[in-house]
Amino acid sequence: MASDGKKAPYTLQIGPIHPSLKEPVMFTFEMDGEQVRSVDFAPGQTHRGIEWMGMRRNPVQIVHLTDRICGICGIVHTLAFSLAVEQIAEIQVPERADYIRVILHEFERIQSHLLWAGVAAHELGFDSLLHLTWRVREQAMDVIENLTGNRVNYGIVQVGGVRRDIVPEQYKIIEDCLSTYEGLLTKLLNLFLDDTTIAMRCRDTGVLTRKEAIELCTVGPTSRASGVNMDLRQDYPYAAYGDLDVRAVLPEPHMGETHGDVYDRIVVRLFEVGQSCQIIRQCLSEMPSGPYTAEEKPAKILAICKKATGEAIGRVEAPRGECLHYVRMDGKESPTSWKVKASSYSNLMSWIPMLKDEQIADIPIIVASIDPCLSCTDRVAIVRNGEKSILTKEDLTRLSVEKTRRLQR
Amino acid sequence: MKLNSAFNRSLWVYHFNSGSCNGCEIEIVATITPRYDPERFGIKLVGSPRHADVMLVTGPVVHKMKDRLLRVYSQMPDPKLVMCIGACGISGGVFYDSYNLDGPVDEVIPVDVYVPGCPPRPEAIVHGVVTALAKLERLQGVKA
Repeated sequence: MASDGKKAPYTLQIGPIHPSLKEPVMFTFEMDGEQVRSVDFAPGQTHRGIEWMGMRRNPVQIVHLTDRICGICGIVHTLAFSLAVEQIAEIQVPERADYIRVILHEFERIQSHLLWAGVAAHELGFDSLLHLTWRVREQAMDVIENLTGNRVNYGIVQVGGVRRDIVPEQYKIIEDCLSTYEGLLTKLLNLFLDDTTIAMRCRDTGVLTRKEAIELCTVGPTSRASGVNMDLRQDYPYAAYGDLDVRAVLPEPHMGETHGDVYDRIVVRLFEVGQSCQIIRQCLSEMPSGPYTAEEKPAKILAICKKATGEAIGRVEAPRGECLHYVRMDGKESPTSWKVKASSYSNLMSWIPMLKDEQIADIPIIVASIDPCLSCTDRVAIVRNGEKSILTKEDLTRLSVEKTRRLQR
Repeated sequence: MKLNSAFNRSLWVYHFNSGSCNGCEIEIVATITPRYDPERFGIKLVGSPRHADVMLVTGPVVHKMKDRLLRVYSQMPDPKLVMCIGACGISGGVFYDSYNLDGPVDEVIPVDVYVPGCPPRPEAIVHGVVTALAKLERLQGVKA
């Protein structure tokens, strides 16, 4: 601590409430001058006990609860949970539903990556670029609203399929949006990748080597930017991805080499926007006809789920990486066990090697570079000093009181 | 809406996340970006509660955030307004039966404007800010 009279290293605390953090998380940095010596962070500030609530609700209700795990990954969590329940209850999802799920999933990826690109530009102090990316993002939001009825928290995926069909009149809206984005992508790539300032701030900043990326079990764009060829859509296809041509986006084919730095993470995410456009196009051209859900009536889905016993895992490649839902059902109305492992959970640990020996001014962009989503992550299990422990409410209260006292000191 | 002397000053807004799902955060940021552009009227997000006239609170106030919410609220200068964004801050919403909630927001700090929705649309948030502005005028005794 800084109070013991020594000059260096001193402690710098950022968060849990800080304007550059959209969500509460607390960082403690050991600093030597401007340089970060070591990092510790405390997530779990937004823990809402969603799994606990889920164990008291039935699968049809839980789907809408999973929507609210994270406002950005609405499709991801609902889809992962539905996939798990469908495996347990042996519900055959119609092919058309799979394609609709993929289209929405990819639109979500487009809006999420554009959102991230804007936030990254903002963290670099490039606010005009933030406003540009967020303006173009609105078109994806319009399409999502047209297809699902809501801009965020779509509530479109349900166990057994989707709740709305995509009608031919909507194809044109989707096509228009895709051509806009394909035209815009060159401009965005140019703005982000050819800009001297962005290159100077991001090249070789927050480096995560391939070895560290594998050791720390990072997922999604964070690991792909370090050269790990891993994408659930390519390795373990779910929904309609088996029929589609998806290859993991790596920085090397586009930039010639892999640095594993913040710049490479921008590269991967921007090229994934282009890839998502292609996937949606492919889906539209191969869209099979037929029903969009296995069972329209929620009461009937519930009746099927009530009889189901077994356990299953639903895995989905979220915009931030692999998201996993484990569900166990024992022939009762609500599941006996439900565990959510969101993608940021795997990625948060990569902050520690990334931030080491970097400067204070680079903290915001490095923290943002893994696209952290803490509302996804804040489940009950915490890992500290390599030990895993489950916190009860009393523990949380005690920790909270201790923390308040510490903060007031 | 008729422009009056309250528009002589800009309305600065501070955003506090009390355990939200991120949905409202995104809609708040979408609100301040070019399509809606409330900065035309001097409405902008600021980084410190000490600079703010209005605080936007999102989320159902989880246990860990209660003390922080109180502290941030006390740091705001008077006259101050609180806007509660989203269904879960108003009533607990989908998280109503969670064991870790100290909310809803109005049980922790006084709330002036409620913006319902899960999450509310940017238009709804802008409308909420306009409503807050009208209340601020009343508090300051500004004549229309």
